[in-house]
Amino acid sequence: MGGSTELLMSTDIDLKSRARSLGKETLLGLHLQLIRIRLFEERAAELLEAKEINTACHLYIGQEAVATGVCKALRNTDLIWGNHRSHGHYLAKGGDMRSIMAELLCKATGCAKGRGGSMHLYNKEIGMLGTVPMVAATIPIGVGAALAAKLKKTDDVSVAFFGDGATEEGIFFEAINFAALHKLPMIFVCENNYMSSHLPLTDRRTTEKLFELVAMNSMHSIRADGMNVIEMYDLSTEAVERARRGDGPTFIEAETYRFRGHVGPKDDLDVGIRDRDILQSWIDRDPILQLESLLVSEGYTTAAKLETIRKQVLAEVADSVEFARNSPDPDGSGVLDHVFIGGAK
Amino acid sequence: MRKLNYGLAINEAFHQCMERDDRVFILGQGVLNPWYVGETARGLDTKYGPSGRVIDPPVSENGMNGVVIGAALAGMRPITIHPRLDFLNMGLEQIINEASNWAYAFGGQQSCPCVFRGIINRGGEQGAQHSQATQALFMHVPGLKVVMPATPYDAKGLMIAAVEDDNPVVYIDDRWLYAEEGYVPEEYYTVPLGKANTIKAGKDVTIVAISYMVKLAQEAAMILAQDGIECEIIDPRSLTPFDDDHVFSSVKKTGHVVVCDSGWKTAGVAAEISAKIVENVFDSLKAPILRVTLPDAPAPSNKYEELAYYPTARHIVDAVKKVCGAKQAPQFAVASSNGVSAS
Repeated sequence: MGGSTELLMSTDIDLKSRARSLGKETLLGLHLQLIRIRLFEERAAELLEAKEINTACHLYIGQEAVATGVCKALRNTDLIWGNHRSHGHYLAKGGDMRSIMAELLCKATGCAKGRGGSMHLYNKEIGMLGTVPMVAATIPIGVGAALAAKLKKTDDVSVAFFGDGATEEGIFFEAINFAALHKLPMIFVCENNYMSSHLPLTDRRTTEKLFELVAMNSMHSIRADGMNVIEMYDLSTEAVERARRGDGPTFIEAETYRFRGHVGPKDDLDVGIRDRDILQSWIDRDPILQLESLLVSEGYTTAAKLETIRKQVLAEVADSVEFARNSPDPDGSGVLDHVFIGGAK
Repeated sequence: MRKLNYGLAINEAFHQCMERDDRVFILGQGVLNPWYVGETARGLDTKYGPSGRVIDPPVSENGMNGVVIGAALAGMRPITIHPRLDFLNMGLEQIINEASNWAYAFGGQQSCPCVFRGIINRGGEQGAQHSQATQALFMHVPGLKVVMPATPYDAKGLMIAAVEDDNPVVYIDDRWLYAEEGYVPEEYYTVPLGKANTIKAGKDVTIVAISYMVKLAQEAAMILAQDGIECEIIDPRSLTPFDDDHVFSSVKKTGHVVVCDSGWKTAGVAAEISAKIVENVFDSLKAPILRVTLPDAPAPSNKYEELAYYPTARHIVDAVKKVCGAKQAPQFAVASSNGVSAS
């Protein structure tokens, strides 16, 4: 599998200096966001096991550094576009825990009014105008938002998050071509977790270097360590600046891995479609442990303070569950509402 | 009264929408093509091209439908054009999975105001993949509005209404209508979506006809008038939303119904309209409803099979006589609009 440890080692020293240039506040902000996503998802997994959450959940555990690093480089008016595995994107872009937890419980107070469930998340205030599970579907939609920004002459950027499987859809290349042709303020973030549902990348392609797929399109295309939030943030910042300058789109292949299975709380080892050793090799590179190790060893914080943060986030998660549990269910009488905006006529 | 042909009526709608609203832009295959169909893109490039609001895109139907959806979600009012419905079929995923669902799936919080214009290009020996009329697909999907103008007046007014609407609208026009001339006001106006139009009043039979079939229904009505049968022709103009009441009140008056659609028969637009009538005003019916549609077969290329394939006014005459109980078979020869004599 890709994402060799050599790459990580070779950038280790550099990483410390990059951390210094980011500064303590930014580093702790990144860490807090990673922890928020991780603990939220772990609680969601428990609620799935308990059948308190029944909507199909595709957990983001293991991939937190990608959403966190990218979204930290964005501002509120920038738009992001997600997919079936977007809890992390929602939280990283600034979404509140209560509204997403309520959506997972399909409550009327959820971010999509309980209509969407896990795969249809929405929050206009944070620049997230909808996630959908159709593979690659939001890639051209994101490009359309980038075109809108260009026509409106704002310097907002648009970011599409998608998995390695999405690069196998024809629409992916249609979107890449159009964005490059019109030099749109677009960032394509391919979260290469080496699995599409049950099928490994090696069973679907002759190459694992997805960033090379777009090389012929005159587009900046890079491969990033998706387990390293500092690298994700740095490369995303460059891509955002390029887009705001009017210098066109960037493709970022973030090598990462999901620690859980395709859908639901289990790890898919039980059904024999993943290799235990490979999974463990990625868990050894846990993005949170990596950052915490750096934060402590370089003196940005202490183990005791990290424990305090963890407890604070656990309280936030517990509050979101409490809020969701106490929220009303949607009223079934409204099932035909909103087929159209403004009513049926 | 200023007259304009159907193609230029669409063109005028484009110009007036773009002039009034900076959010409107056009992304359409062939809009920069000098021999573009029906002159519907005339003058747009020189006027709006420099501002980037007229885009002739790569051949990527599904991707471009997605681009239009994304721009709409981000606050624009885009129009996309597919010069043939057959090619629009390559972009169905974004229309059926995405545009149609956006309002509902997110609890009514987000509008997706975009227009998908597709053109029917029947006949002319173009064969199975340059001739399809797939309006029924879009009428079937909740969350899509679907309009099919039959007159120059409606061609302009429905386009403007489609652009103004906060929902995705599939706008389907027919090349066989481009040369039709009619009254088109010079000013900006809308034809409300979901409002049918009585093309001609009559007491004996209701002919519900859409798009090009309205023209054939008018020809048929003239022939039937000679036999003393007074036809009422109703053009729904919008398939979704559908003006049930307008159609039902005509059926209550006449008790006889023929439904005419330019698409296929099975599970088609005419089937749906017939079912609506049977479910709601069955007691008014004096005879079974008949449909005049394409047969359930792909389009042929050679002109001889085309003659047998496309319905003409004569088919409507036959259907009307049958539902009205006429005993004699019709004896008329009709010149159909594709220039081929059908008798």
